Amino acid sequence: MKIAVLAGGRTPERDVSLRSGQRMTTSLVELGHEAWIVDPGETSLVESLGERGPDLCWLALHGKEGEDGTVQRLLDLLDLRYTGTAPFGCEIAFDKVLAKDAMAHEGIPTPPWVVVEGWALRDLGAGAALGDVVARVGLPCVVKPSRSGSALGVGFVDRATDLPQALMAALSYSGAAVIEAKIEGREVAAALVGETLEPLPLVEIVPKSGVYDYAARYTAGATEYFCPARLEDEPAVLPTLPRVDLIIDDHDRPWVLEVNVSPGMTETSLVPMAAHARGMALKDLCDVILRSAAARL
Amino acid sequence: MAEFSIDRFVDRYAERTAGMSASEVRALFAVASRPDVVSLAGGMPFVDALPAQALLDVSTEVIADARSQALQYGGGQGQLALRERLAMLMAEEDVAADPGDVVITTGAQQALDLLGKIFIDPGDTIAVEAPSYVGALTAFAAYQPRFLTLETDDDGMIVEDLERAIVRGERPTFVYTVPNFGNPAGVTMSRARREHLVSLCREAGIPIVEDNPYGLLRFEGEPLPCLRSLDPHNVIYLGTVSKTFSPGVRVGWVLADPSVIQRVVLAKEAADLCGSNFTMLLTERWFSDEARWRGALERLVAAYRSRRDAMLRAIEKHFPPTAAWTRPAGGFYVWVSLPEWFDTTAMLAAAVERRVAYVPGSAFYPDGRGRDRMRLAFCYPTEERILEGVARLGSLLEDEEELFRSLRGS
Repeated sequence: MKIAVLAGGRTPERDVSLRSGQRMTTSLVELGHEAWIVDPGETSLVESLGERGPDLCWLALHGKEGEDGTVQRLLDLLDLRYTGTAPFGCEIAFDKVLAKDAMAHEGIPTPPWVVVEGWALRDLGAGAALGDVVARVGLPCVVKPSRSGSALGVGFVDRATDLPQALMAALSYSGAAVIEAKIEGREVAAALVGETLEPLPLVEIVPKSGVYDYAARYTAGATEYFCPARLEDEPAVLPTLPRVDLIIDDHDRPWVLEVNVSPGMTETSLVPMAAHARGMALKDLCDVILRSAAARL
Repeated sequence: MAEFSIDRFVDRYAERTAGMSASEVRALFAVASRPDVVSLAGGMPFVDALPAQALLDVSTEVIADARSQALQYGGGQGQLALRERLAMLMAEEDVAADPGDVVITTGAQQALDLLGKIFIDPGDTIAVEAPSYVGALTAFAAYQPRFLTLETDDDGMIVEDLERAIVRGERPTFVYTVPNFGNPAGVTMSRARREHLVSLCREAGIPIVEDNPYGLLRFEGEPLPCLRSLDPHNVIYLGTVSKTFSPGVRVGWVLADPSVIQRVVLAKEAADLCGSNFTMLLTERWFSDEARWRGALERLVAAYRSRRDAMLRAIEKHFPPTAAWTRPAGGFYVWVSLPEWFDTTAMLAAAVERRVAYVPGSAFYPDGRGRDRMRLAFCYPTEERILEGVARLGSLLEDEEELFRSLRGS
């Protein structure tokens, strides 16, 4: 198959995406495909795809343009097949404001949250309601930009007086922020692959600094991972989506934090790790993903 | 239950790598490379101002006249002919130098690493200005020192800070300073402070490392004496042609007493045997024609001066009254101080979204401070781009202040 691996782009996750894309390309070539990287940060995507006419696009883009449905809609328009989730699902998963509502609607347990919009602060005097935010979600809490990845702009708040600064940081990355109760427990990631969305073993994440931030994610050795996770029983109910980040609390209850439609595939990424624990090499994982994308149409 | 290890050598790495980690700021700079983003971040010299034909001529000369030398290994100390030229360049700033006391390094950056290697044992104290050149902090950090930070103001390092520390019993292994148009603050150490620093360190037996990349890029006013010329025996002097000629040739140097030079040469040979003969020859030829290098330097200084003027005018016009900034008389950088609640690291994402980039202040402090500061470089973008970039940044600062006010209203 001729496969264009879309990676890079012009988002803060550019480097991570290129690392994912490079690894995917190598694996796809090992599988006998003709695969090459297309970096929308360097060339016009439409033109470049037009020139080489791939049978399928492998999406290794992270961040706004790659994960929010923009690229997926464009590929739909060009009548090109691609890996991963369709545009509407991407849009909901990437925007934490929408994702939280969607999860609550489906009865998926997710930590209590409040949304604060930048323009509501600027134009509607929402700042006066910050006390209610703390009352609603409690302390400590986590402040996240609604549309960003790799923990960029995420802040942990222990004292109410620190909330304004954390909000400023999150709103630097996005127009709205999600403030969510911090659930104490083990942080785990669940990966689901293939047509049947088969769950891979859970990966347990133990950052050495205590916080799974950007540096902890992308510096080798800064985080310890256990796969399978060190749990008595795997939680019975798992949502059927690509990569789900959860906290398992002290009563073994799973809380879904978020869903990633374009999970990282770098040397420090969770999905390749989970596949490894199942005995799947990276190229086997690629093959499964490829088959499910090919089967979709 | 097997632990999956992403990096199978993770338990093998030396402790000195512990501080080397992936950074959010570096990730954001990936976005800042978009052509529509005005980057006030990088300190890249304006090399396009150098005359193309002259560069072609010297390159051709090197190959025509000295091909076999250019392509060969050389001595660890670097070519004598170039060291003689560098002594002449130092004389421009009244620094007397014997070419025998000079070792050529791969940029002054390598000199910082080599000095770290020969002077710093883990746990040693190194005194640095706060803020200080980030490249020096990272070079020294690999040798695991403790940093003693010395505050600065518009007259450079507050030397009394060092004096008080010495009275407290501190004995730093050396004091590192960029006295002329420092990076990032753009400030210059006053004459009185230079004299005070030199006499204080001489009495206490503490060597000074004087890093002087920007000295010849003075836009106005009278040059001040280099620390090295005030006390040749206690000052280790670092120079570079990166700002007067080109950073691409990677030619820097150390001037110090022979005992220090001997160790630097041995450390240099252990690190990379020798510098590039080709670029050393190129540099030597470039500086062999006085009219040529002086003319090019004058053009560079004139360009940087008008870019600095453009930046200061734009800041004056667009920045909120709560901001304060330095007014450099040379060099590459303006340093901006904001109200203490600002977090310029987090704000960089919003800045890049508005198509302007800067370097967040915390990079320049070894102790985590500086989140309310930022460095703006005027060396690379055109005046037009500087005006546009500063205007974008100004409107962001105002919006951030408004947002903060609305949050504080709670």
